[in-house]
Amino acid sequence: MNNTVLYIFLGLLVVSALLTVMIKNTLKAVIALACTSVILTIIMFIMGAPLAAIFELSVCAGLVTAIFASTISLTDNPTDEESAEKNKKRLSRYVFLPIIIVVIIGIMFITKPALDFTWFTNTVAEDTLQNTIWHVRNLDIAGQIVVILAGVFGIVTLLKERSKK
Amino acid sequence: MPTLFLIIPFIGILLLNLFYTQKVKKLAYGTGILVALIQMFLACTIIFQIAGNFFSAIEIKYFVSLSIDLYAAIVLFTIALIAFISLIIRRHSDNDEIFNFSQLIMIIMIGMNGVVMVTDIFSLYVFLEVTGVASFVLIAKKKELAALNGSFKYLLMSSIATVMILSAVAILFMTYGTLSYEELGAQLSSATNVSTQIVLAIIFLITGLSIKAGLVPFHMWVPDAYSNSSSAVSVLLAGIVTKGGGVYAILRLMMVVFPKIAIINEVFAFLGILSIVVGALLAIGQKEFKKMLAYSSISQIGYIIVGACCGTPLGFLGAFLHFFNHATFKSLLFVNSAAVEAQTGYKDLDKLQGLGGKMKITTWTSAIAFLSTAGIPPLSGFWSKVIIIVALWQVGFIPYAVIALLASILTLAYFLILQRKVFFGKTSAEFENTKEANRGFTSVSIILATITVLVGIAFPFVLNFLKIKGLF
Repeated sequence: MNNTVLYIFLGLLVVSALLTVMIKNTLKAVIALACTSVILTIIMFIMGAPLAAIFELSVCAGLVTAIFASTISLTDNPTDEESAEKNKKRLSRYVFLPIIIVVIIGIMFITKPALDFTWFTNTVAEDTLQNTIWHVRNLDIAGQIVVILAGVFGIVTLLKERSKK
Repeated sequence: MPTLFLIIPFIGILLLNLFYTQKVKKLAYGTGILVALIQMFLACTIIFQIAGNFFSAIEIKYFVSLSIDLYAAIVLFTIALIAFISLIIRRHSDNDEIFNFSQLIMIIMIGMNGVVMVTDIFSLYVFLEVTGVASFVLIAKKKELAALNGSFKYLLMSSIATVMILSAVAILFMTYGTLSYEELGAQLSSATNVSTQIVLAIIFLITGLSIKAGLVPFHMWVPDAYSNSSSAVSVLLAGIVTKGGGVYAILRLMMVVFPKIAIINEVFAFLGILSIVVGALLAIGQKEFKKMLAYSSISQIGYIIVGACCGTPLGFLGAFLHFFNHATFKSLLFVNSAAVEAQTGYKDLDKLQGLGGKMKITTWTSAIAFLSTAGIPPLSGFWSKVIIIVALWQVGFIPYAVIALLASILTLAYFLILQRKVFFGKTSAEFENTKEANRGFTSVSIILATITVLVGIAFPFVLNFLKIKGLF
């Protein structure tokens, strides 16, 4: 029974991810992205990873959406005719996307017996989260800090120079 | 000690930003140079320490999960050298915004030093990301449409690679419950029958790292990123970023994690040979100086991968030697292409002609670099290619050895085309008043050309020393 629910949510995840890519209006696309995150949160929760689910919900569904929405509110929207014109071209580009996804899902269902799902529950969480983050993986935390630093420098250099022009 | 390689650039960034004033801003260039020099010094110390005292006990382990062996020390030295050169070029070509540029270089150094020293597949992923993010910014920094395009292409390809590598890491961790190279290697080599998800993980890992390294079926981003970024950045990218990121990760994984799995060696050997041949063939048809160099880089990276595929000490020695040599002579060629572009304003090979009389240093150093790339003795490229080909022959990849040898002729062909078009021939009236590039460019060219020649001449002695020490 649990599996059926999982498959339903996985299907929804694919649909909302597709919508995120295909919707023309950026604001709606961002909302679709938030929906994707929420569905992913539910999936993570069902699969027994509540901590990851909380991070996903707060950062990806909450923070990122807020940042995107505030940025979009600062930009101009194109007129309806322009967007209608572009929309036709855009949609024709994505015709093959659903077909590819169906094929991939089909392949996964066919090969499913070959995949050994016992490893799914193999890993036992021996350590607490604090210990894992601050003692076992401290190098990666440092790495993440540098990634964020690089992102900050990127925003500073690229956007500052743009405004000078 | 290994932590120093991560901490020193970080302290540099921290100091520049904490005490930020207009005066400190001017020190950014000096700080970058200093950090690079310190790293070169530290790497040299480690090389001598390892070579002098205990060559057989190659690995030095420290309390954090970082380790340095001889090969890692060579790569650390190369990283610092190329960062140093890139900073000088930036200073002498386009001096504005050097504050941010210098700090991005330091971030990229942290990223690559991390990739070089980690012993854990997830940390590898994290530091690959550091390198990636910093290089997207550096490419896009030129602010032209072509550069943004190149950066975006790299970003897209790289994010696909990221997803693949992360999935592979997740599957491996879920199956074996460990992330460290050694334990994974032990588990993988002791496994009798490999299950489907492990095959899937390994395919993901190979594909992701090949994208990062720019091997042939996944090389689409390389020419755009290299040729559209500013000169200092293309030196850095071609010299060290793709190699320090993707190629080094492949070499390290083949050394430690997959040494006993023959199929992976065969797959990478095939990809490497494909890169050598396709890269060289595509380079012949190029009309732009930097694009030709970019395709040539793809071809040379093929040699590094093929060398490592032998799985023997000789093969790895050849691979890492070619790693260092390629970093020096390809950076030299990129510096010279930047010098030509700065002095004449043209990128197209057809418009350039007869610069030999006007830009003597550039011409001579280019000649040294391309002869070295083509593997002409006694320059450095000859030794690394010879070692790689001999190693291929020894392990029985004989057709590959022959192809690798013949591809050298292709290399010679496209570089002769380049040299003839740009430097030889009669100077056209347009370039009558062209002058030699400024001091920054020429001094860097001379340093790199000297390294190419010296490594070439000194290498037989080094090889003899390694033999005495019992490496092979």
